[in-house]
Amino acid sequence: FYLTPPQVNSILKANEYSFKVPEFDGKNVSSVLGFDSNQLPANAPIEDRRSAATCLQTRGMLLGVFDGHAGCACAQAVSERLFYYIAVSLLPHETLLEIENAVESGRALLPILQWHKHPNDYFSKEASKLYFNSLRTYWQELIDLNSGETTDVKEALVNAFKRLDNDISLEAQVGDPNSFLNYLVLRVAFSGATACVAHVDGVDLHIANTGDSRAMLGVQEEDGSWSALNLSYDHNAQNEHEVERVKMEHPKSEEKTLVKQDRLLGLLMPFRAFGDVKFKWSIELQKRVIESGPDQLNDNEYTKFIPPNYHTPPYLTAEPEVIYHRLRPQDKFLVLATDGLWETMHRQDVARIVGEYLTGVHHQQPIAVGGYKVTLGQMHGLLAERRARISSVFEDQNAATHLIRHAVGNNEFGTVDHERLSKMLSLPEELARMYRDDMTITVVQFNSHVI
Amino acid sequence: AARMFLRLLSGVRWRMTNLKWRGLTCSQRSTSNTAEPHPVALPAQAQVVICGGGIIGTSVAYHLSKMGWKDIVLLEQGRLAAGSTRFCAGIVSTARPVSLELKMADYSNKLYEQLEQETGVNTGYVKTGSISLAQTQDRLISLKRIASSLKVMGIPCEIITPKQAAQLHPLINIHDLVGAMYVPEDALVSSANVSLALATAASRNGVQIHERTSVSHVSIHKGRVTGVETDRGPIQCQYFVNCAGQWAYELGHSGEEVVNIPLHACEHFYLLTHPLKEPLASNLPTVVDPDGRIYIRNWQGGILSGGFEKNPKPLFTEGRNQLEIQNLQEDWDHFEPLLSALLRRMPDLEALQIMQLVNCPESFTPDMRCIMGESPTVRGYFVLAGMNSAGLSYGGGAGKYLAEWMVNGYPSENVWPLDLKRFGSLQSSRTFLRHRVMEVMPLMCDLKVPRWDFQTGRQLRTSPLYDRLDAQGARWMEKHGFERVKYFVPPGKDLLDLDRSKTFYKPDWFDIVGAEVKCCKEAVCVIDMSSFTKFEISSTGNQALESLQYLFSNDLDVPVGHVVHTGMLNEKGGYENDCSIARLSKRSFFMISPTDQQVHCWAWLKSHLPNDSNLTMEDVTWKYTALNLIGPRAVDVLSELSYAPMTAEHFPSLFCKEMSVGYANGIRVMSITHTGEPGFVLYIPIEYALHVYNEVMNMGQKYGIRNAGYYALRSLRIEKFFAFWGQDLDAFTTPMECGREFQVKLEKGMQFVGQEALLEQKQNGVYKRFTMFILEDHDTDTDLWPWWGEPIFRNGRYVGKTTSSAYSYTLERHVCLGFVQHFDEKTGEELVVTTDFINQGDYEIDIAGQRFQAKAKLYPFSSLFTQRRRKDEVELSSYQRE
Repeated sequence: FYLTPPQVNSILKANEYSFKVPEFDGKNVSSVLGFDSNQLPANAPIEDRRSAATCLQTRGMLLGVFDGHAGCACAQAVSERLFYYIAVSLLPHETLLEIENAVESGRALLPILQWHKHPNDYFSKEASKLYFNSLRTYWQELIDLNSGETTDVKEALVNAFKRLDNDISLEAQVGDPNSFLNYLVLRVAFSGATACVAHVDGVDLHIANTGDSRAMLGVQEEDGSWSALNLSYDHNAQNEHEVERVKMEHPKSEEKTLVKQDRLLGLLMPFRAFGDVKFKWSIELQKRVIESGPDQLNDNEYTKFIPPNYHTPPYLTAEPEVIYHRLRPQDKFLVLATDGLWETMHRQDVARIVGEYLTGVHHQQPIAVGGYKVTLGQMHGLLAERRARISSVFEDQNAATHLIRHAVGNNEFGTVDHERLSKMLSLPEELARMYRDDMTITVVQFNSHVI
Repeated sequence: AARMFLRLLSGVRWRMTNLKWRGLTCSQRSTSNTAEPHPVALPAQAQVVICGGGIIGTSVAYHLSKMGWKDIVLLEQGRLAAGSTRFCAGIVSTARPVSLELKMADYSNKLYEQLEQETGVNTGYVKTGSISLAQTQDRLISLKRIASSLKVMGIPCEIITPKQAAQLHPLINIHDLVGAMYVPEDALVSSANVSLALATAASRNGVQIHERTSVSHVSIHKGRVTGVETDRGPIQCQYFVNCAGQWAYELGHSGEEVVNIPLHACEHFYLLTHPLKEPLASNLPTVVDPDGRIYIRNWQGGILSGGFEKNPKPLFTEGRNQLEIQNLQEDWDHFEPLLSALLRRMPDLEALQIMQLVNCPESFTPDMRCIMGESPTVRGYFVLAGMNSAGLSYGGGAGKYLAEWMVNGYPSENVWPLDLKRFGSLQSSRTFLRHRVMEVMPLMCDLKVPRWDFQTGRQLRTSPLYDRLDAQGARWMEKHGFERVKYFVPPGKDLLDLDRSKTFYKPDWFDIVGAEVKCCKEAVCVIDMSSFTKFEISSTGNQALESLQYLFSNDLDVPVGHVVHTGMLNEKGGYENDCSIARLSKRSFFMISPTDQQVHCWAWLKSHLPNDSNLTMEDVTWKYTALNLIGPRAVDVLSELSYAPMTAEHFPSLFCKEMSVGYANGIRVMSITHTGEPGFVLYIPIEYALHVYNEVMNMGQKYGIRNAGYYALRSLRIEKFFAFWGQDLDAFTTPMECGREFQVKLEKGMQFVGQEALLEQKQNGVYKRFTMFILEDHDTDTDLWPWWGEPIFRNGRYVGKTTSSAYSYTLERHVCLGFVQHFDEKTGEELVVTTDFINQGDYEIDIAGQRFQAKAKLYPFSSLFTQRRRKDEVELSSYQRE
């Protein structure tokens, strides 16, 4: 049995979301034209999350993808909270004061972020008060610290990542009188999430990455062809520097046990992540929190299990690696995606497929008859073939969807094979994860005329 | 001139051996020739300078010189016949839906046929005939309509079965065809050689031809052409003719004063093949498959096939020269749908070897009709361009009409549908043109059902009420860029269904319009008629009255507050415009004309009014919103809103008064409705439009008021036998011929334009007569509907064509309006048409080959309109326009 093309489309398009930046916002022309985003679950429920928002009190736009593991709780929390931490880190002292005064006197708060969300991208209502209090504590500290210096984006990103992870950890240690919230903060802390976040402000692009999601820039060469420029490094066993870093942070005696089977302590694929307190807390702290925690937590074998060779925690950090890139006219788009995409597709192909999709130009050499002997029938066949190759583009209104279609459906010739696509999408839930991972993609398109 | 001619002939000889189709690939020959010195200097002055040496420019030169004008210079930026003309597919086809275009194509065909004999230049003329195929019944209907027009023009033409088509052309696959039209006299010709032949003949007649000379701009002084600047020096001239094809737009914009020529080029592709194993005969008919969007002709034993794709590629010509345009890329991927259509139509061609895919730009216009005539702003600046890919078919006839226009002041046919003055500056935006031509080019092949509308370039000019009306279900059409309501879809109707079902039969809006008409008859309706052209003419003394008395045939010396319906006639008594004029004061007049008169009427008045600073004319079209309140209860609505008695005693018919409506003051109320129904038109300063509309709708509620559109208006006016200008009336129709003697005051005490011609007609009678036909045996539900252009037969003989038609909801019959002529049975000579001739005949109207009996009437039904409460007999048979 096969899914019909409309059925395939309805699965592929269920989570797609597009946002076009209003051409002129009254102040300045944005360097971002807009973005397309989509995700395809393999886990049920999906463990990936994504976020996008415009900073309202400072300039710039934030976009991120988050790959959760051991559940989706941590990825969910990070997707809700991280951008607030970043935005607050970027705020000048006066604005922080203004916000704090407003909260203090019960006045309306200046909006900090304008979110661009798909209806499925939900925020937890129950935890909002808790999250808000933590965030407020953070800005109060920033106010007290008042360094007087202008905010450096790189520093702000690093601080925000670390602070949020710290808050996640603290909230789990402190607990909450509300049993639902208490269980929630524990689930957040015991699950984990990687994050890959872009901050775009005019020509200044910062990528903050923690874990093995990836940011890639699509560059159009002078001859019109497409190439990829990596703007993040994977934090996993394939990254020598990363393995080096982990080894540096622990005694030589642990050298052999730190990375086993390409995993941290033989368990965890990403070498940096939010949450995952099992790799951060001391054994005593883990035991204490689990014992005092709710029964559900006690019954969970995974949380109770202490990683082997666990001697000198923390083994894991949420500190991001930040890369700065000044956008050039040839930089046409940015792809942020979780490892689900990068496992199936080479970045060069990603650059080409998105590039051709966005420009509507398919880099097929034009046919010229020249002096060759070609019959009408032969030409007809040739043209039909060429048309089939590009026809898949027209089905998608969303670059991310188009990319997923190729990632899941491509055959060995690099064209979308409907049969394959249909098979991959109709896998039963329990099998899906064996063939593919959750996939979350955000494609940001730049306005070359502004850059 | 003699030396010039020798040079040209040698050029022709060279071309006769080289300018075959294979010549296309070796364009370096023409570039290498550019170094050649110019043998002849440009003259310092000439009567006429023609810019463009393609088929159009040479045709104009040919016809001007034939008509006796000798002092003519033709300038060509490259080589003669080397632009679009050279790439032309060479098909001369007379199967055209617009009868004027059909006449031009027929003339061209006859001209080209004898051209070789006349000039000695081999034109390659072969009478192959053409077969137009129909894949659907609707297509067959449209072919049958064309066939009806061709037959009455005396052009042989036949509707044939698919099998007969297969017999005429062995390669056609007929399995998906329902029928075809065969036109045996259509021809193939080398357009480049035709152009050279025309140039040769013109040259013999004294026309000087200069190649590789480009016009940089046209010099204008006091609104007249004075000369041209070229890259080889200036030439003084009285007349300039812009035949620059796809460059016409830019040339028009290059002068000191802009001449808007709205056209835009698109890439056009066709395919050339090597000969078949058994080469195709050169007399094999050309095949046109409009449903497949392609044409196929025999070419050197192989075929030439091109088409009009759904997704044309517009082309920017700015700053590019002819050579660059000629080197356009072949784009096979773009051609793929047309190639598929070709192989579907002729599967046996699979194994045929490709020679070349030719990319040749063609220019298209906003309404798919070519552009001809004199600039409304620059005297002596003539234009002939925008051939919509039919330059060869139209070239001969169009050149003849333009030459007649220049020499005689007007062509021998009514060419208003092609007149440059149908456009204004509002159609000259590049963006508009680019969007519109992308719609126009596919339309070449699309089925044109009655009352289709353009979809692109819309919502340019709108009434201030547009959004209000749109929200109430208005469906829109466009005239001269102005959005006008066709009808209102009542709430609850499926909006998607409407507009989709395009048909030659009863349309889906039938009941909707019926309800609107009923409301006009029984209660009151509002129609937004803001698109009308409105001028104010005033003077310090008597100049306005005196000038208008001279320009208009009716007597305008009426008491202040009266409205006069009158024609603005030419010397021959024909209608240049048909309008209503209100006398606002002793010295000022308010003139209302049809929407598309904005440019033409302005130009006419400008050139005919005395140059007197005390006489001013202003275009106030944009200042007023016009609401037409039609129906017996209009009087109640208006009197309640104005607290003024509006009955006939206080406000007689054809009366105009400024009054207040609601809170708004200064509303010009006129007791006319353009339909013969009782009611008023309100001319409202635009800032009051919404207020007055709201007041009228609120107050009207208790009288059953509703919105209505132009379709209802048309039904009303046609059943009342009102003619309208641009559709029924034109520059070749006089008031005497359409029963409007009462609008002509021959004895008004002073001379007026057209008076002599009308006097003569009054004495000697008229040669055509506007007649109303009521279809007798026509079933509205199941028969094809008339549109316009249907042939009229009297006692089995062709006597004329319809000009408009509508279903009359009152008569419950179709009504057609049209002109009846009287041709002598033996000689074909035109005879005087008498009332008896009209009344004593049995009439039939031919709709797509099927004839319906019709009753002819010279006067409208009066007994049917017993509901009439007011005595506006004057208006009853007066006038109407769309």
